[in-house]
Amino acid sequence: MSLTPDEVKAVAHLARLALDDADVPRYATELSSILQLVDELEKAPTDNVSPMAHPLDLSQRLREDQVTETDQRELFQEIAPSTGDGHYLVPPVIE
Amino acid sequence: MHDKSLRELATGLRNREFSSSELTRHFLDRIGQHDSSLNSFVTLCEAEAMKSAEAADRLLAEGDGHVLTGLPLAHKDIFCTRGVKTACGSKMLDNFIAPYDATVVEKLSAAGMVTLGKTNMDEFAMGSSNETSFYGPVRNPWDTDLVPGGSSGGSAAAVAAGLVPVATGTDTGGSIRQPAALCGVTGIKPTYGRVSRWGMIAFASSLDQAGVFTRSAEDAALVLQAMAGFDERDSTSLDREVPDYAADLSASVEGLKIGLPSEYFSAGLDDTLRDVVDQAIKEFERLGAEVREISLPNSGLAVATYYVVAPAEASSNLSRFDGVRYGYRADNPVDLEDLYKRSRGEGFGREVQRRIMIGTYVLSAGYFDAYYLKAQKVRQLISDDFRKAFESVDLILGPATQGPAFRLGDKLDDPVSMYLNDIYTIPANLAGLPGMSVPAGFVNGLPVGLQLIAPWFAEGRLLSAAHQYQQVTDWHRRVPGDFS
Repeated sequence: MSLTPDEVKAVAHLARLALDDADVPRYATELSSILQLVDELEKAPTDNVSPMAHPLDLSQRLREDQVTETDQRELFQEIAPSTGDGHYLVPPVIE
Repeated sequence: MHDKSLRELATGLRNREFSSSELTRHFLDRIGQHDSSLNSFVTLCEAEAMKSAEAADRLLAEGDGHVLTGLPLAHKDIFCTRGVKTACGSKMLDNFIAPYDATVVEKLSAAGMVTLGKTNMDEFAMGSSNETSFYGPVRNPWDTDLVPGGSSGGSAAAVAAGLVPVATGTDTGGSIRQPAALCGVTGIKPTYGRVSRWGMIAFASSLDQAGVFTRSAEDAALVLQAMAGFDERDSTSLDREVPDYAADLSASVEGLKIGLPSEYFSAGLDDTLRDVVDQAIKEFERLGAEVREISLPNSGLAVATYYVVAPAEASSNLSRFDGVRYGYRADNPVDLEDLYKRSRGEGFGREVQRRIMIGTYVLSAGYFDAYYLKAQKVRQLISDDFRKAFESVDLILGPATQGPAFRLGDKLDDPVSMYLNDIYTIPANLAGLPGMSVPAGFVNGLPVGLQLIAPWFAEGRLLSAAHQYQQVTDWHRRVPGDFS
């Protein structure tokens, strides 16, 4: 499998990554070489194999739905790029 | 003091040969003298370290404290350290002061260890050469034109150069064992889930596991004991009793059945490195181990499997870096999408962007079955190979890498050749098994590592086998000439 520059742009959009147009052809070449490596998997017969769900074959631990964390909003917002009145600020979303 | 083992340093502290403050000062001075040629540390915590050392000295004076109390330590910069910059090798987190401690940090601090600083690493632990760090590459203490391996390259180089007696690391596809091998130190990755991932910045959550770099297996046993254990804050933490690793060290190798996977000794392995591994096999035989050939038939597909599973998990884990709550934010965004895209485009380096895009692609509509589901099936086959092998052997032995350290820049422009560095280490991560790299000799004056892999939960067996080997060899005591 190889990726065209347009496909790279589409994937970058899905991943919300701004790429320089000048970098796109190089990414197309590099990502294609990685996908070629990955294509080896096609050879493996896996008809009756279940996909691994957990490396130790364990199921997910559950807990009671109780509040265990304390409110640390101020501490966490100290390191935020932009806040106001206890909110995280972003550019306007609704006109 | 920097040529002593942790055990010897602990004894020295208790016998008042030196204080923790003197020990801490000594290692801080060594970092000051030597690290400009290695770049193994990204942050030093000098004032805090001296304060913790004084506290440790008070405890020791009262006859209290843990066996590790007062001993210096460094953390890979992937572990959150409260009030201290935690950048994970990335511009994205260059301004991130962690608001809490990782469980690993908390536990080792609680044992009285003194944190000297944070070590350099590949960006978000993605790399095998420590060249993808935003803070520049780390250099190998055995030859500073060479890479130390990655992603925990700073921790491996710092221990090898005697700048700190122990450093933490993480291993997602070989990021402890490969740099340990290339720097000539002992490195262990325990069973998946054995050490809490809480506060350890996530790369690929089904593969990530924390471990440790030391000179010897005995030292690794001491530190791992203090790091390991169930943590309810980590949803995949192993709820199982931690064995007494130090007590297990004396277990004999006599009668131990060791398997040599033929796939780990085939084309691609450096001939001289093969000779080194053969010598190590003979040592184990002299110690009474029974060696036999085994097969892990699907291990050749491990790298391909990994480069679907790990990027897929990374693309979801790294979606949290959005320029809103913490980390890098692009200037003057015109709208929310521009804020996301430019913060991530400017904040992440090339290797991280490559992996996010591969991960996004293999999870995208129409490709999920062909890539992600297929890879998780092959992953099950790889794990089944190990399960079968461990029905007839107690331990698996092979090389940790195909060759010794390579030159800086040699593989940077060719992601696939870089990825193949981890060909022997990735299978254990895919299966969740504990693995270890132990110094086993030299190729052209450069250290190489012997890899040991144990069944699930049996890292104690790894440590004892390595310890017994280190009783009859001295490769782990060799230090690079410029740092003796």
